[in-house]
Amino acid sequence: MEDSFFQTMKLTFELAAITTLILLFIAIPIAYFLSQTKWAFKPVIEAVVSLPLVLPPSVLGFYLLLAFSPKNSFGSWLEANFDLRLVFSFEGLIVASVIFSLPFMVHPIQSGLSALPKNLSLAAYTLGKSRLNTLFFVLLPNIRSSLLTGIVISFAHTIGEFGVVLMMGGNIAGETRVASIAIYDEVEALNYDIANQYAMTLFIISFAILLFVYAINRHFMRAEIK
Amino acid sequence: MIKLNFSKKLLGSEGSFDLTINEEIPKERLSILFGKSGAGKSTILGILAGLIKPDSGEIIVDDEVWFSSSKKIDLPPQKRSIGFVFQDYALFPNMSVLENLLYALSDKSDKKLVYEILELTELTSLKDVKPQLLSGGQQQRAAVARALVRKPKILLLDEPLSALDFAMRAKLQDEFLNIQHKLKTTTLLVTHDISEVYKLADFVYELQEGKVLNRGTPSEIFGGVGISGKFKFNGEVVAITKSDILYVVSVLVDNEVVKAVAGRKEVQNLKIGSRVVLSSKAFNPLIISAQPQ
Repeated sequence: MEDSFFQTMKLTFELAAITTLILLFIAIPIAYFLSQTKWAFKPVIEAVVSLPLVLPPSVLGFYLLLAFSPKNSFGSWLEANFDLRLVFSFEGLIVASVIFSLPFMVHPIQSGLSALPKNLSLAAYTLGKSRLNTLFFVLLPNIRSSLLTGIVISFAHTIGEFGVVLMMGGNIAGETRVASIAIYDEVEALNYDIANQYAMTLFIISFAILLFVYAINRHFMRAEIK
Repeated sequence: MIKLNFSKKLLGSEGSFDLTINEEIPKERLSILFGKSGAGKSTILGILAGLIKPDSGEIIVDDEVWFSSSKKIDLPPQKRSIGFVFQDYALFPNMSVLENLLYALSDKSDKKLVYEILELTELTSLKDVKPQLLSGGQQQRAAVARALVRKPKILLLDEPLSALDFAMRAKLQDEFLNIQHKLKTTTLLVTHDISEVYKLADFVYELQEGKVLNRGTPSEIFGGVGISGKFKFNGEVVAITKSDILYVVSVLVDNEVVKAVAGRKEVQNLKIGSRVVLSSKAFNPLIISAQPQ
């Protein structure tokens, strides 16, 4: 019983860590683009990014399940070309989590970048610096608190997700069973003690993470211009 | 040779107007673009820096074409040899003063230059301080220092002293003049402050609604040539009040209001906002009757 608890917790945090890392790489270009562009279709992209905020997770999970199912064209194409089956697998959970947590990473970074004085990047350009150089050496270092917020909220949100994981991953021990699903599972089996063990662990970890973010952010805020 | 010849449609508070500039900027001199806000002064700096694209025309600096609508050339700001001092200074908050300057350095081996410029701008003792902890005047100096590090062909300053109080402004004007004389950079500065024009400018362009109204040395443009006064101040009329047969004209000189008397004929040419020269000669020609009326 202890083994399965640790196995599930390990899987949960692995999923959250990998998802957060991937999100960071995806979200920075998206957020940078959205903060700079005056493109007419910007609202469309913003709406797509924000969709997971308002959609019931089961809706998102349902369509992802359909899309990645080997019975359908995209799913079978993935399987034929990359030997990748995303339904009921850990890889599938990562893809679903990345999509589901995207707004939690993009929004803080985008608003952080938009709040920076425009002259900061213009000044860097007049000093001969490229856009990429400016992004990494001027813009991102000045939105550390936004980056931290994005990282931690995405991480915490991935730990807490339920609907998408259940739809996409099911409940396979050691493969797709994460803590939030284990709680549901144990309650159904009337194992209230074990359910409580999971629930209390998530509760404490979530609180500790948020406390950490707010404490660190206060420190960053003092150092940054606002 | 710095040749500007371009036009751009601008949106002002009273409808759109065309910014049309055809000027040569003198080298190694401090030239000032002077005019009311909304006249297009800052836009000219932006266009020169490559941050704003003109509708048509060309910009040529030392035989290098920076912009040409006919040849379809538009160098990005990174490729133009400019130093830009923004109104809000735009110092990078994540870097100390020294790091701001080092970041600007294009040839990383030339660190000696950075320390020389720090010395020149009296920032050596503050080099490890983050810019947000500096006073307004120190930030301004740091912004100028950072712009000079790249040894730009043109130094552009957008209202660099407008955010500072009067005493600090006067002090920095002196310092800036000192730096300008030492380094002999070609400088183009934007201001709406007439006292700054008199104090700093070798050459001035007076701008109104996107057109250069006048160009020349400050005294050529704003008058005062040919008066052999014992003292001479330039100011702006802020009030005209009638007092018996004379008029009292209040003139704003620097930050003080000076009152002077004037006759009816003189007042006819004056209105509030007029620029005037206030002067006095050794033998004041004003005759005042000693007889009680």
